[in-house]
Amino acid sequence: MRLITRIFGSFKGGVHPPEHKEPTESKPIERMPLPSRVVIPLQQHTGEMCEPVVQVGDEVREGQRIGEARGFISSPVHASISGLVATIDSFPHPVIPTPVRSIVIEGKSPLVSAAWDKITDWSALSGKDLLDRIRDAGIVGLGGAAFPTHVKLSPPTGTTVDTLIVNGVECEPCLTSDHRLMVERSRDVVEGVRILIKVLGVRRAYIAIEKNKPDAIKIMQEHAANQPLWNGAAVEVVALKVKYPQGAEKQLISTILRREVPSGGLPFHVGVVVQNVGTAFAVYEAVAKGKPLIERVVTVSGNRLKEPRNLVVRIGTTFASVIEYAGGIVLGEHRVKVIMGGPMMGIAQYTLDVPVIKGTSGILVVDEARPGKTFPCVKCGTCVEVCSMSLMPCRLADFAERDDFAGCETYHVRECMECGACTYACMSNRPLVHLVKYAKLNLSKAKKP
Amino acid sequence: MPDSFTVSASPHLRSRLDTGAVMRLVCVSLLPSVLASFYIFGAKALLVVVVSVLTCVLTELLCNRVFRKAITVTDFSAVVTGILFAFTLPPTIPLWMVTIGSFLAIFVVKQLFGGLGYNIFNPALAARAILLASWPVALTTWVMPIKSVLAVDAVTAATPLGIIKEASGAGDATHSAYSYLDLFLGNVPGSLGETCKIALLLGAILLFVFKIIDWRIPFTFIGTVTVLSIPMGRDPLAAVLSGGLILGAFFMATDLVTSPITRGGKILFGVGCGVLTSLIRSYGGFPEGVCYSILFMNCLTPLIDKYVQPRVFGTKRAWFWLKREERHA
Repeated sequence: MRLITRIFGSFKGGVHPPEHKEPTESKPIERMPLPSRVVIPLQQHTGEMCEPVVQVGDEVREGQRIGEARGFISSPVHASISGLVATIDSFPHPVIPTPVRSIVIEGKSPLVSAAWDKITDWSALSGKDLLDRIRDAGIVGLGGAAFPTHVKLSPPTGTTVDTLIVNGVECEPCLTSDHRLMVERSRDVVEGVRILIKVLGVRRAYIAIEKNKPDAIKIMQEHAANQPLWNGAAVEVVALKVKYPQGAEKQLISTILRREVPSGGLPFHVGVVVQNVGTAFAVYEAVAKGKPLIERVVTVSGNRLKEPRNLVVRIGTTFASVIEYAGGIVLGEHRVKVIMGGPMMGIAQYTLDVPVIKGTSGILVVDEARPGKTFPCVKCGTCVEVCSMSLMPCRLADFAERDDFAGCETYHVRECMECGACTYACMSNRPLVHLVKYAKLNLSKAKKP
Repeated sequence: MPDSFTVSASPHLRSRLDTGAVMRLVCVSLLPSVLASFYIFGAKALLVVVVSVLTCVLTELLCNRVFRKAITVTDFSAVVTGILFAFTLPPTIPLWMVTIGSFLAIFVVKQLFGGLGYNIFNPALAARAILLASWPVALTTWVMPIKSVLAVDAVTAATPLGIIKEASGAGDATHSAYSYLDLFLGNVPGSLGETCKIALLLGAILLFVFKIIDWRIPFTFIGTVTVLSIPMGRDPLAAVLSGGLILGAFFMATDLVTSPITRGGKILFGVGCGVLTSLIRSYGGFPEGVCYSILFMNCLTPLIDKYVQPRVFGTKRAWFWLKREERHA
């Protein structure tokens, strides 16, 4: 472990929720059969929505670009199966509350996938060419926030980036997709890291993994050591303390480098770029194989799912078909909650018609587990203690309950990343994150005329 | 397949410990001391605890009814107040005074301020302060430990701190009539729950194991008293083991509602309690100052919470954390 991390330990605060990773952590990634129909939202990323470049009735082939990026902070979308464009209309979206314009493709039988096995030597390409390939493949951050990767890889002029951190922490309970990817495709992930190093021109890269994944740490260490140095850049695997939210960008940088991303700033302000391991893998596939982002690894798990597993799923496959392929929902006395993402930050779904999108790291089918009775705040200070941003969540909630959004702002509500640690720990069962979201929503509404 | 799903805001996981469970755990952590007081002061001690708890619970129930609020007895906070209030009383106290005190603790100090979470003062300590002002003799009549269930005649005696106070008047503040072992085991006159340190520490360990109390308040409180006892010419160990310091530091000052919420605030609170306790013990009119010092710091808690806040991640550090070159920039 790095000396600095050993001396200072981890970031401040944090909680230890039950991990629940056992059902899927040792299950190899399986390929789910191609769906006969996919719904591909034109907005799967942070930034401008895509413009469709196909029309209803067009025949599309797997990997063909069907939505063109608009503006710099945007990312194209591709057909994830071959077939005919059935409709272009608004459909439910797993993240955005209102229906989003999406392209529906009906698969052409027999459903076959292209080979995508021609490997090209990318080492001769320039950083600029590599960046173009990454952008054209529609790659976004696969950790969940879905920020376009090419934007992250192009720090504004005047800033220098000296370190790349590849995030394989996967601190959310239940999720194992990054874990399995590192264990099974470690060589490709490290290749992806090397591509990212070349694009950024950095000298140091760290692959951060929580200590609860010893197999991934071991195999990634072997591969990182076997690879020849790239441009003199050293790739080091760092094993980190198991603590939520260790995988949050700012906390990760703080743990590994002791650098603090300034309030309102981004990692490149302290010379760092953070990329998820899933993104590194997607970058490898895009650059070396020319394969756009048309599928991803999704952990399908939860106590109400019959056969939890790690699946490679085509983008646009509906949650209903993924859950059905994983054995369906087990009957039980409680109502069911379906979550996209992990149980700490994931989004509960009201319908299973929503598609898997680029940011879908997991689909969880769990008991609804209503939180217990809400007590008045007893001012125990637990939320303040666990907040890794050093906020005072109970105060923010007090202000939000009274609709005093100016008060929320003076207590730095904007710094909250909604990791949920405070709400997890609150002994009075107060919906702290919910109130913070409410305050933020009202503040952003007030900003807009 | 179900036709509808439950939707809620994240996080979808909650820790198991809720306020009711915490209060029940505090009750459990106080049990060793209840048993110790029964052993040391006999059945009367147990009677005081029972009367106090019953009055507190009934008063809480009455307030819920009269104020037309939800029933909050089930959160066990009234039981905790009842036990703690009984712990601050001398074993000779008339039971009717116990009833009045616990009624005041719940009705005036807790419910009139808005109930659990809204009170400014620690209910048990505030009620004790009111009783002390109203019936000073009854509240300061101490007896030797009797160590039998049904003793009729108890011998009145001065508390260890009372002896020190008298002795310091005569110019010898280090004088103590009791051995450290007696002080530690509780074989001394004093309030019901304060004498037996070993039972209190057992409960405190339980609270630490379940992470219900933070180390900052009790350790800075006790540490400050220990350090200040030296310039004030007292025996540090006797200062820690005498009086209500252990009870106050682990169970009263750590009261969640009336102590600061931030780490820095907790340290300030603990140090403040320690300084005040030492000052009252050495220069005040009473031999013991734990109760008043905690009550005084309770008033300062909202102020401490306002001014002692953690530095938000990514915002400017205080100047003393900056590197030399950054300070001048």
